[in-house]
Amino acid sequence: MRILEVSNLSCAFGGLMAVANLDFYVEEKEILGIIGPNGAGKTTVFNLITGFYPPLRGEIIFKGKNIERLKPYEITRLGIARTFQNPRLFKQLTVMDNVRIAMHKVHNVHILDTLLRGSKFLEEEKIQEEKAREILEFFHLYERRDEIAQNLPYGEQRRLEIARAMATNPILLLLDEPAAGMNPYEAKELINLISYIRDKFNITIILIEHHMEVVMEICERIIVLDYGMKIAEGKPEEIRNNPKVIEAYLGREEESVIS
Amino acid sequence: MENVIQQILNGISLGSIYALIALGYTMVYGILRLINFAHGDIYMMGAFLGYFALGLWNFSFPIGLLFAMGGAAVLGIIIERFAYRPLRLAPRISLLITAIGVSFLLENLMVLWVGASPRPFPQKIPLQIYFIGDIVVTNRQIIIVLVSITLMFLLQFIVLKTKVGKAMRAVSFDKETALMMGIDIDKVISLTFAIGSSLAAAAGVLVGLYFNKIDPYMGVMPGLKAFVAAVLGGIGIIPGAMLGGFILGIAEVLVSAFISSTVRDAVAFVILILILLIRPSGILGKYMREKV
Amino acid sequence: MKRNYLLLILIIIFLVYLGRLARGLNPYFYQILVFWGINSILAMSLNLINGFAGQFSIGHAGFMAVGGYFSSALSVYHGERFISLLNFLPLNIAQIVVFFVFLLLGGLFSAILGLIVGIPTLRLKGDYLAIATLGFGEIVRVTILNLDIVGGPRGFPGIPQRTDLSWVIFWFIICLLVIRNIIFSSHGRAIISIREDEIASETMGINTTFYKVLAFIIGAFFAGIAGGLFAHYLMMLHPSSFTFFRSVEILLMIVLGGMGSITGSILGAFILTVLPEALRGFTYLRLVIYSIILIGIMLLRPQGIMGGKEFSPLIIKKIYARVKENENTRSK
Repeated sequence: MRILEVSNLSCAFGGLMAVANLDFYVEEKEILGIIGPNGAGKTTVFNLITGFYPPLRGEIIFKGKNIERLKPYEITRLGIARTFQNPRLFKQLTVMDNVRIAMHKVHNVHILDTLLRGSKFLEEEKIQEEKAREILEFFHLYERRDEIAQNLPYGEQRRLEIARAMATNPILLLLDEPAAGMNPYEAKELINLISYIRDKFNITIILIEHHMEVVMEICERIIVLDYGMKIAEGKPEEIRNNPKVIEAYLGREEESVIS
Repeated sequence: MENVIQQILNGISLGSIYALIALGYTMVYGILRLINFAHGDIYMMGAFLGYFALGLWNFSFPIGLLFAMGGAAVLGIIIERFAYRPLRLAPRISLLITAIGVSFLLENLMVLWVGASPRPFPQKIPLQIYFIGDIVVTNRQIIIVLVSITLMFLLQFIVLKTKVGKAMRAVSFDKETALMMGIDIDKVISLTFAIGSSLAAAAGVLVGLYFNKIDPYMGVMPGLKAFVAAVLGGIGIIPGAMLGGFILGIAEVLVSAFISSTVRDAVAFVILILILLIRPSGILGKYMREKV
Repeated sequence: MKRNYLLLILIIIFLVYLGRLARGLNPYFYQILVFWGINSILAMSLNLINGFAGQFSIGHAGFMAVGGYFSSALSVYHGERFISLLNFLPLNIAQIVVFFVFLLLGGLFSAILGLIVGIPTLRLKGDYLAIATLGFGEIVRVTILNLDIVGGPRGFPGIPQRTDLSWVIFWFIICLLVIRNIIFSSHGRAIISIREDEIASETMGINTTFYKVLAFIIGAFFAGIAGGLFAHYLMMLHPSSFTFFRSVEILLMIVLGGMGSITGSILGAFILTVLPEALRGFTYLRLVIYSIILIGIMLLRPQGIMGGKEFSPLIIKKIYARVKENENTRSK
C-alpha cells in the first residue's frame, strides 16, 4: 500500500522553482532515500510535506487524505514526524522534557483537569512519564534524562532528536541528514538504529542523506533530485550506475561522492 | 479645501521630523535587528544639546544644529559601545530590555539634571509668516522641510555612493560574510549609530524651533511613532522610513484636525497594528519567508 | 486526593484569615503587603507570557487598566443596585459577593480583549510583538482619556474601598496555583516549548497559536484582576497610573526575579515594592536606579536572580527521591 503519494508538487521562492512537478510515493514499511546535490530541493520537499511551506500546486496524499493545506501540527497529529538538518532540540530543557513535549498530542488532559490536578491528570502524567522512559531507554538516553539538551554531545543530540520524533508516535518518519557530521563509526551505528526502528515500530521512513554508504546500505529505493526535479528513481544498485546521477554529482559537486 | 491643504502642509513639517528619527531606527534595525528604544531619547538629548548651544553659548542656528548632531553622534557611539555591544551574542530580548533601560536612564538623568518641566527653546530665527491665499506657511516650516530633505539626500548619498555606505549595506545583508570580506563590523555599527543619532538630534533641534518647547520626556512618543513610521515604510529600508514618516505625520495632523485632537496619539498605533496585520513587511518591503 | 483539596482549602482559609488579622498592623506595612501582593499577581501573569511562552509583551499596564476601570465602573454605577438585590444576605456578605463578581468580570473583560488583541498580534515575532503590545497599551490609555463616563483625564474617583489584604492574598493564591498547575503539566510544557523553538514545537504536534493565545489571555485575566484590586484599594483611578512606565516596571520585576520563574516573579515584585519606599522622596533618582538595575542585570546576569529555577521546599524532597531511585536502579 502506498502510504504517501506526492503528485505534481511544485514550490517556488521568488520566481526560482525549488521543487518542480515532483511525483513520488512511499510504500508502507519502506525506507526511501532522497539524494541530490546541495540546493536540489530535498529539504524543501520535507518542508512541503510537513506543512511549513505551502505548495504552489500539486497534491500530497497521506493515507488517502490530502494534507497539503494542513498546518504543521495537524500533520504531525496525523502521524508524520520529522527531524531537522540542524537539530532543533528544546535546548534549555532536559532530555526527559524534550521527549515529554513530543507526547503532547497523545497524553493531554482537559485544561480544567490540569488546573484542579484531578485524578485523570495525575494518571496521564504517570503514563506519559513511563512511556517517555521506555523511549529514552530504547535510544539509550535514559541515563541522560536530567541533562540539559544542549549539553549533550553532538551524536546524542541527533539521537535525541530521533527519539523525540518517535515520541510523537508516527507512522511515517522523515529524517533530514541524520548522519551529517558523524564519523564512520557513528554513521554505522545510526544505520543499525534506523533499520531497527523501522522493524521495531513498524513505520515507514524517508531519508535525506549525503553519506552514500548510509543511503546505499539501508534504503530500499532511492529518488534523485536535481534542480527541484526528479532525475532518477530505483534500487540502490540502479542509482549507483545511472549516468544521469553520476553527471549531476560529478558535474558540479565532486566532493560529495568522494566523501 | 484650503483647510485640508493647510493641514497637509503642517503634516509634512511634522512628518519630516518623524522621518528623520525613523531613519535612525531603520538603520540600526537593518544592521543589528534591534529596536533601539533609546533612539527617541537621543532625539531629546539632541534638542537639549541644541538648547545649550543656542541659548547658553549663543551659537548661530546652523552651528548649534551641527553641534547637537555631533554631540548626539558621540552619545550614540558610547551607548552602543557600552550597553549594546557586550550583548551582541545574547538573545534579542536581552538587547531589547537593555535598550528600554538605556531609554529610561537618559530620560531620568535629564530630569535629575534640568528638571521635568518644559523649557522654551531659544528662538534664533525670527518667525515670518507667509500667506498663499488662505494658506499659512511659516519660515520655520520651510526650514524644517528643507533641512530634513537635505539630510535625507545626504544619507542616501552616503549609503549608496560611498565605501562606508557599501560596508553598511554589506553588514546589514550578512554579518559573517562581511566579516570574512575584511569589513570591520564594530566600526560600521558605531558609524551607523553615529549617523542615526545625529539625524535624530537634528530632528530634536528642528522640533525645538517648531514647537518652541522641550522637556526630558519629549522623546518618548515621537520615538515610538517614528518606529511605527519605519515599520510602515518597511523597516531597514531608508526611503521607506521617509515615506512612512511623511504618511504618519500627515495622518496624525488630519485626524487631530478633523476628528479629535485627543486621539492623535493613538493614530500611530492603530496604523501600526493594521500594517502588521495586512503587510508586515511595510509598504516598500519585500516579503521574507522564515527559514525552517 | 480528596484530602489534598481539603487541606488546600484549609490553607487558603487560614491565609485569608491571616490577612484579616494583619489589619492590626502598622498601616504603612499593611499597604506595602497589599501592593506586594498586587504586584506579584501582575508579575506572575506577565511571566507566563514573557518568561514561559517567550512572547515579548510590554503592554501589561493596558490589561491592568482595562480590568481596573471595568470593575470600578461596575462598582460605581451598579454596585448599590446589585447589593440591594442581595438584601436577603447580610450587608457585608452581599458586598463580598458583588465585589467578587465585579472583579471576575473585570478580569474576564480584560481576557476577552487579550483574545481579540492576541489572535492577530501573536503571529508577530519578538520585537514586533513588543511594539504591537506597547501600541495596545497606549491605545487603551488614550481610549480611557477619551471616556467621559470614567472621568477621562480627570481621573475616576468614588470607587468604594473593597480590597483588603485578605482579598489580595486570596487572588494571589489563585493566580499562583493556576499558573503553577499549568506550567507543570503537559499544557505548560507545550507553552515552554514555544519559547524554546517554535518550529520544533509545531513539529511536535503542538498547536502553537492556541497556546500562545492561551498564555496571553490567562496573563490578561490576572492583570485585569490585579487592576481591579488596585482600584478598589486606592478608591480612585487615573490614566497616568497606566502608562508605558507601569508596563516597564512590571517587566523589571520579572527580569529581576528571573524570566520563567514563578517564585522569581514574587521576589522581583517584593524588591520593586520595597525599593521605591526606601527611595521615597527621590522620585527621579529612583527611576535612574531602576534603569541602571535593568541594564546591569542584562549585562551581568541576564537570567535574573532565580535564573528560571523555582524555590520550593519540595526541591529537597525531590532530590531525596532521585537519590533513592538511583540506588534502586543500581541495586537491580
